[in-house]
Amino acid sequence: MKKLDLKNGTVDLTHGGGGRAMNQLIHKVFTTAFSNTYLNQGNDQATFKAPLGRMVISTDSFVISPLFFPGGNIGSLAVHGTVNDVAMSGAKPLYLSAGFIIEEGFPLADLTHIVDSMAEAAREAGVFIVTGDTKVVERGKGDGIFITTTGVGSVPDGLDLSGEKIQPGNAVLVSGTIGDHGVAIMSKREGLSFETAIHSDSASLNHMIAEMVEAVPSIRCMRDPTRGGLAATLNELAQQSGLGISLNESAIPLHAEVAGACELLGLDPLNVANEGKLIAICPAKDAEKLLAVMQANELGVDAAIIGEAVVDERYFVSMKTTMGGTRLVDWLSGEQLPRIC
Amino acid sequence: MKYVDEFRDGEVAAKLAQTIGAEVRTDQTYHLMEFCGGHTHAISRHGLIDLLPANVEMIHGPGCPVCVLPTARLESAIHLALEEGVILCSYGDMMRVPTSNGLSLLKARAQGADVRMIYSTLDAIKVAEDNPDCHVVLFAIGFETTTPPTAVAIQLAKERGLKNFSVFCNHVLTPAAIQGILDGADGKTPLDGVLGPSHVSTIIGSKAYEYFAKSHALPVVIAGFEPLDVMQSILMLIRQVNAGHHVVENQYTRAVTQNGNQKAQGLVADVFELRSSFEWRGLGVVPDSALSIRQAYDAFDAEKRFTLPPFKGADHKACACAEIIRGQKKPLDCSLFGKACTPDNPLGACMVSSEGTCAAHWTYGRFRDTEVAR
Repeated sequence: MKKLDLKNGTVDLTHGGGGRAMNQLIHKVFTTAFSNTYLNQGNDQATFKAPLGRMVISTDSFVISPLFFPGGNIGSLAVHGTVNDVAMSGAKPLYLSAGFIIEEGFPLADLTHIVDSMAEAAREAGVFIVTGDTKVVERGKGDGIFITTTGVGSVPDGLDLSGEKIQPGNAVLVSGTIGDHGVAIMSKREGLSFETAIHSDSASLNHMIAEMVEAVPSIRCMRDPTRGGLAATLNELAQQSGLGISLNESAIPLHAEVAGACELLGLDPLNVANEGKLIAICPAKDAEKLLAVMQANELGVDAAIIGEAVVDERYFVSMKTTMGGTRLVDWLSGEQLPRIC
Repeated sequence: MKYVDEFRDGEVAAKLAQTIGAEVRTDQTYHLMEFCGGHTHAISRHGLIDLLPANVEMIHGPGCPVCVLPTARLESAIHLALEEGVILCSYGDMMRVPTSNGLSLLKARAQGADVRMIYSTLDAIKVAEDNPDCHVVLFAIGFETTTPPTAVAIQLAKERGLKNFSVFCNHVLTPAAIQGILDGADGKTPLDGVLGPSHVSTIIGSKAYEYFAKSHALPVVIAGFEPLDVMQSILMLIRQVNAGHHVVENQYTRAVTQNGNQKAQGLVADVFELRSSFEWRGLGVVPDSALSIRQAYDAFDAEKRFTLPPFKGADHKACACAEIIRGQKKPLDCSLFGKACTPDNPLGACMVSSEGTCAAHWTYGRFRDTEVAR
């Protein structure tokens, strides 16, 4: 069998055909990068011992365009995204599965780069990619590569986080600057390329979360403000808790470059996506302690207390503006589209 | 981008609010119209209403190009997009606007139309050059700010001998719209002053407003888009009202001159001519309020290259946009507001873009209403 040309070769339909070519691709690209005891069992499934207590599972599909962006690529994002979804429950993420749908003609060098990034992201997060699947679709039937990851984790004893547990007066914290990921992606989109020093914030937050729940087990709820940004996530939490949320605009961390790019494009940074930030809600008396723990972690140095939960039977998220007025922070209608002037 | 912070200083805003509060007369209401959607957006997004006394009432005018484009014109654009071999290039904020039968450019795209979102008219030229087998139509909308770039695209297409590029021209004129509001008011529009547009005025200059400031004895202050610009301009308007003056003042001196950008005006004059009448969504037919492409550039005029069936897009019968744009009604006075008509399902001009009066009130201000549900 011909050697796989990882430098100049491309994926073709035989790589998804179940034959020798597929086996070769899996071994040369995937198992080499992801190698661990569970995956190396070589079975159709991974077998592992389940820890005692509550388990969590979460799944997410990644279809991002462009595949490579400042601060990451679809591979690292596919690990960070699912690790974070698992970890937001306070759980320690343990295992991931990874499904790949690859378009015929996709460069093997790009695939290797993406898979290596996933392996590195998994190592950093301390999780194992234990099982996976590869399918190849005809040219034109995919957009290069799609990745689906599923994560399993276990929750430390005594921890039970949920949006329903938020109480009036609870403090709302964010772990850092908002909108970095969305602006980094937009800066590379076809037809909209602009120069910016902003990198995606894509990162696994599980180590910081472990420190947070250990120091402040009274945390009510955590969530990562990904698509739809801070605004969508806070509205979800308001609805789930049956409370309003009141924010203070001048407390919300924001890079000047992100503010500038949003201004230029007519976007509101509150609606722009993040991939390495979390919102935490805790009793007001514990807020400073939680803030200190977050700020001590390199992923939370810009963390801030940005508002509080309030009684509001209409579940509004409102914001005291820097100018001294008040405005609503609403869900986005459809996709955020740039204004013309 | 440090300049943004300087124009959003809360302490300066508080001082301006204090001065406004001290200078307004308590025995009168100040009805001030900001013409431009950009100002409506700034006022709503920064919560500036909370900084103004109750007797200073902001009326949000028709200056949002997406809002005022009649549905029939959008239906024509969608018709073009669905033609075999046509690529329609549009600015992003037109993409979601629904027609009366629920179609939109986004939905047309899902049906197979080739609709591309562009950020500059030159993107459309590039699409035409990259796709010689297709015909590329630029769906051109907007006020005086977006007109010069369309003129440049048409001139460039002619220079490069492009055979597969044309423009569906929907450019409209600001002073004519203000004039239309004032003339058509029948004394019903209570207007004590106008905040003039920022970007539009950089092109047309402050002198463009002098005629109606005089003819309708109306104070005008051309205002920048930043919240402090808006606050300072409101103070300038109040001072004019109090003094009984009605002149054009320019608060936005860092960008606007009296004569405007004459190079841009020259480009526009070369490519476009006045349309004798044009229908505005919400305002109805306004004479001399829009532009069409001159005969010399016929080859690039989509309305001449394609046969467009007559469309009759009508707004909902209960829609109160016509009165809202003129300041005769508020969003809450409309029976559709927040019920049948929301930003997710806009029925009228004021709801289709975030810069429209109803959309801005729904998105940023409805917490002030006591009876509106989520």
